[in-house]
Amino acid sequence: MKPFGYLRPGTVVEAVQARAAHPGAQFLGGGTNLVDLMKLGVTAPDLLIDVSRLPLDRIEELPDGGVRIGATVRNSDLAAAPVVRDRYPVLSQALLAGASGQLRNTATTGGNLLQRTRCGYFQDTSKPCNKREPGTGCPAREGAHRDLAVLGHSAHCVATHPSDLAVALAVLDATVDLHGPDGERTVPAAAFHRLPEDHPEQDTVIAPGEMITAVQLPPPPAEAHSLYRKARDRASFAFALVSVAAQLDVRDGMVRHAALAYGGLAHRPWRATAAEEVLRGAPATADTFRRAADAELAAAEPLRDNGFKVTLARRLTVSVLGELAVRRR
Amino acid sequence: MSHDPHPAPPPATGHVLGAPVVRREGREKVTGSARYAAEHAPQDCAYAWPVPATIARGRVTAVHTADALALPGVLAVLTHQNAPRLEPPDDPILALLQDTEVPHRGWFVALAVAETIEGARAAAEAVRVSYESLDHDVVLTADHPGLYTPKEANAGHAGARESGDFDTAYAGALITVDATYRMTPLHNHPMEPHASTAWWAGGRLTAHDSSQGSTQVRNDLAAVFGLARHAVTVVSEHVGGGFGSKGTARPQVVLAAMAARHTGRPVKLSLPRRQMAAVVGHRAPTIQRVRLGAGADGVITALAHEVVTSTSTVKEFVEQAAVPARMMYTSPNSRTVHRVVALDVPSPSWMRAPGEAPGMYALESALDELAVLLDLDPVELRLRNEPGTEPDTGRPFSSRGLARCLREGADRFGWRPRDPRPAVRHEGDLLIGTGVAAATYPVLIAPSSAQAHAAADGSHRIRVTATDIGTGARTVLAQVAAAALGVPVDRVQVEIGRSDLPDATLAGGSMGTASWGWAVHKACTALRERLRQHEGPLPAEGLTAAADTGDEVAAGSPYARHAFGAQFAEVQVDTVTGEVRVRRMLGMFAAGKILNSRTARSQFIGGMTMGIGMALTEHSTVDPAFGDFTECDLASYHVPVCADVRAIEAHWLDEEDRHLNPMGSKGIGEIGIVGAAAAVANAVRHATGVRLRDLPLTPDVLLPHLP
Repeated sequence: MKPFGYLRPGTVVEAVQARAAHPGAQFLGGGTNLVDLMKLGVTAPDLLIDVSRLPLDRIEELPDGGVRIGATVRNSDLAAAPVVRDRYPVLSQALLAGASGQLRNTATTGGNLLQRTRCGYFQDTSKPCNKREPGTGCPAREGAHRDLAVLGHSAHCVATHPSDLAVALAVLDATVDLHGPDGERTVPAAAFHRLPEDHPEQDTVIAPGEMITAVQLPPPPAEAHSLYRKARDRASFAFALVSVAAQLDVRDGMVRHAALAYGGLAHRPWRATAAEEVLRGAPATADTFRRAADAELAAAEPLRDNGFKVTLARRLTVSVLGELAVRRR
Repeated sequence: MSHDPHPAPPPATGHVLGAPVVRREGREKVTGSARYAAEHAPQDCAYAWPVPATIARGRVTAVHTADALALPGVLAVLTHQNAPRLEPPDDPILALLQDTEVPHRGWFVALAVAETIEGARAAAEAVRVSYESLDHDVVLTADHPGLYTPKEANAGHAGARESGDFDTAYAGALITVDATYRMTPLHNHPMEPHASTAWWAGGRLTAHDSSQGSTQVRNDLAAVFGLARHAVTVVSEHVGGGFGSKGTARPQVVLAAMAARHTGRPVKLSLPRRQMAAVVGHRAPTIQRVRLGAGADGVITALAHEVVTSTSTVKEFVEQAAVPARMMYTSPNSRTVHRVVALDVPSPSWMRAPGEAPGMYALESALDELAVLLDLDPVELRLRNEPGTEPDTGRPFSSRGLARCLREGADRFGWRPRDPRPAVRHEGDLLIGTGVAAATYPVLIAPSSAQAHAAADGSHRIRVTATDIGTGARTVLAQVAAAALGVPVDRVQVEIGRSDLPDATLAGGSMGTASWGWAVHKACTALRERLRQHEGPLPAEGLTAAADTGDEVAAGSPYARHAFGAQFAEVQVDTVTGEVRVRRMLGMFAAGKILNSRTARSQFIGGMTMGIGMALTEHSTVDPAFGDFTECDLASYHVPVCADVRAIEAHWLDEEDRHLNPMGSKGIGEIGIVGAAAAVANAVRHATGVRLRDLPLTPDVLLPHLP
C-alpha cells in the first residue's frame, strides 16, 4: 500500500490550508467512494484531510425561507430532516432512493456531490480510461456502456454521474458554497458538475484546493409540488438507469412553473432547460409533457446498447409531470 | 432409582427429525465469534495477493518482480519460474504458476507475499508482466463453428440422448412450440470470498479453507503436492456460502499452500471480490432451443431440448441443461442434446442446481407457451403430462410429488380462479400477472463415513467431515444422531468441518445431509446396539462405533429418485419504466422427510430468492474486447436485495419415501432455485402478454414491448 497521511483539521480554514500545503492531498468525507477508489488503485492520495467532523453538520433555515445544509450533514439525516421532507420532498426522495441505509448513514452532502462515476472501465486500472488516465482512450464507447451516457458525452468519455442528490439539487436551483485558498465562492448546483468534453478527468468546476462547505436551497416556489422517480435494475441499492426530479406548479390547467432534471443520462445532472421552455405557460397535458421531453431528448446521442435510456427518460417525464399536475393543493 | 447414563430409549424418537431445532452455531455467528478461514491468524502469518493476467489469451514472456521485491515487507513474488512444482491436478484450474500459458483474462500469473495484506496488495500492483498476446474468442453464438457434442455433460450425463422418432412426431403434431431461450453467464458470489490460511510443519500441510468439503480439498491438496492424505489437514469450520463455487479445491488454497512452502511462513490469502469472477467458476451462458409437439389434449408427443453452451480451453465443463427434460414429462419421442464450444473465457463450474436451474427455465417456459397455445391452465397441462415411470429409463419413481405440489401449491397461492388473458390486470401504471413452473432435482448420494461415541458421562459425540456452508449441517446431524440413538438432541455433540475426522462427501449436489446423515445414522445404530449389549458401567474411554456407507451407496437403487416442486409467482410490471418486481412467491416442495423445518425453510426461500435474481437482476457480461466479466463487484452484479423479495413462502408435502436412506430425506439445497425463474418469467408474460425469453428481465428488455 502506498502510505498516506491522515489529518483531522478542526476548522475549514485549517483544512483548506492543509490542502494548499499538500498538492497530493484529498478531502475525506464519509469515505464510501474515496476509500473504495483507494483500494482499487484508482486514486492514491498522499494525505487524507478528514473533513467529516468539521462543524458543518447543521441544517439551518435561513431568514429568506431557504435552507443551508452543511457539507458534512449525513445523507440519512438530511433525508429525515422535517424541513426537507416538508418543503423539499424531491430532495428527501432522491436521497432515500440512493445507496443503502448503511451507506446513507455515512455519506456526507459534500462527498455525495464529489463521488466518481461507477463506469466499470474507470474502476479497473488494468484497462484504459480517459477519466482515470487522460489520453489512454475510452473502451466504454464500444464496450460495456448500457449504464452510461446518452446526453452530452464526448469522444473521450461516456461516463454518467451517479448521484441522486445532485439531480434534486439541480432542480431546486440550489447553490454550492466553496471555500478555497482564494476565498469563498458560490456556484449553481446545476453548473457544479461539468460535461466531459476534452477533460473528462474533471468531474466538476471545483478548483484545486477548494472544498464544499455547504449547499443552499432557495425558498421553494410556494405552490409547486415536487417528485423524484428513479428507475433501476433492482428495487434498492442500484444506481439509476434514469431518474427524474421535477417541480411543477399548475394553475387553471396551465403550467406556471416547471423545473426538470435527469439523472443517469449524462456526465452531470441534466437540467432540462429545453423541456422547461416548452412547459412554461403551456396546458398541463400529457401532450405537452411529451413535447417537453422530446424537446430535451432530441439532443440525445445514444450508444449501441443504451438507447433504452432515451425511451425511459421520455416515459418517466410524462409520468412524473402527469402525477404532479393532478396533485391537490 | 440408580443413575443410568444410557437409559433405554423411548419407543418413538422420530419427533426430533423434522423439528425446528435452532442452529447450534447461531450465537457464535451473530456475535462474530465464529471464525471463518481468513480469520485464523497463526503466529508469523504472512499475506498473499494474486496478480491476474491482463490479456485474454497468450503467454507470459517475462515477470518483472524487482520493483515489488524492493517494497518494504515484501517476502516473495511467486511466478512460473520459482513457484513450487505441482503434480498435474485432476482439475486443471489448479495448475497454478506452472507454465507461461494464459488461457483467459484473470488467470493468475504471479502471487505477491508480504508481511501485511496492504504490502501484498502493493507488491502485486508493482509486479510488471510482459505478454505475447494472441487473438481471443470469448463470445458464445448459436452457430459457433467450434461447437461439438460432448460425450458427457456435467455429473456424467450423456451428452446426447434420443428416443423414439422426434422429427416425425414433431412434424405430425397438432400443436407445436419452437422457442429459444438465452441466459447470460451467472456468478455464485457467496458472501464470504474464497479464502485460505495455510502452513507447513514437519512435512505436514494444514489449511483453513473456505470450502464445501474438507475431505475433497484435502485429497486435492495431497494430490498436487504429492503428499499422503494423512499429511494434509483441511479445516472448514464455518463457511459463508459457496453455491457450488467451493465444491472442490479452488486456487486460493493451492496458492496459499505454495506461498507457505516457499516462504516457510503461514500464509493467508483471501481472494479480492473483483478477482473472483474469473477464477472460482460461474454458470456458463446457455442458448436453449426447446421444441414441443402435442395433441389437442395437451399430451406431449414430441420433445426436443437442445442446449448450446461454452466452456474454457482449460477444461471441459458442460452445463447439463437438457438433462431434466429426460425425466420431467411423458414423451415417447425425445431428443436432448448438448453442444459446447471451448472459448478463451474463465472456466465454468457448478452453480446452484447446475443443469436443472437453466434447463428448467427453458423447459418450464416452453410448457407455459404450450399452455397458452392450447388455452389450457398451465397447472392442468403439467398434470396431463405426468409420466408413470421415468421417461428416459423406464424405471419407477421412488416417489413423485409433482402433481400434489402443483395442486396444493395452487390452493395455497390462490392460483384459481385465474383469468388466462394477458395484460388485463391493471393497478395504476402496473400490470399484474401470475406464473407457475415445476421444479425438480435428482436425489444424489455419495459414500461417507462417521463415528459415534458414547462417553461414560452419558453424552454422545458424532464425528464426520461434513461441512456447514450456512445450511445448518451441525444441527441436522445432531437430530439424525439423536433420533438413531434415542436420546435428547442436546446430549449429542457434533464435530464436523475438519478433514481428520472420518472422510465424507462435500456439501454439494443437495446430497450432504443424506450422505453424512446415513453414515451418522448407521454409526449411531451400531453404537446403540453395542450399548444395548453392554453390561455394567461404561469403560472410562466410552464406547465407539464407526460406519461407512460405501456398500450401501454402491448398491444403488432400482428407482428413479428425484425431488419435485411447484413454484408460483405474482409479479408487477411498471408500464412506465419496465421495472419488474415480484409481489409474492410461493414454493411447494416434495423432498422426502424434511429433517429440520427451520433450516429447510431457509434453504428453500434462499434458493427461490436466487431464482428471482436469475429471472430479474443477475447477469454477467463478457466484454468482447477484454475477455473478462464486466460485473465484478456486488454493486454491479445485482443479487436481489430485501426490497426485491417482498413476500416469499415455502411449504412442503409430508412425503414418505422408503427408497432413499434411513432418514427418508431428499436433498433441499438446490431445488428452491429450480423453476423459480420460469415462474417469474411466465408471470411477466401473463402480466404483459409479451413472451421475453432472454434473461434477466431488466427494464431495457421490457421497455420496447410496453404500451
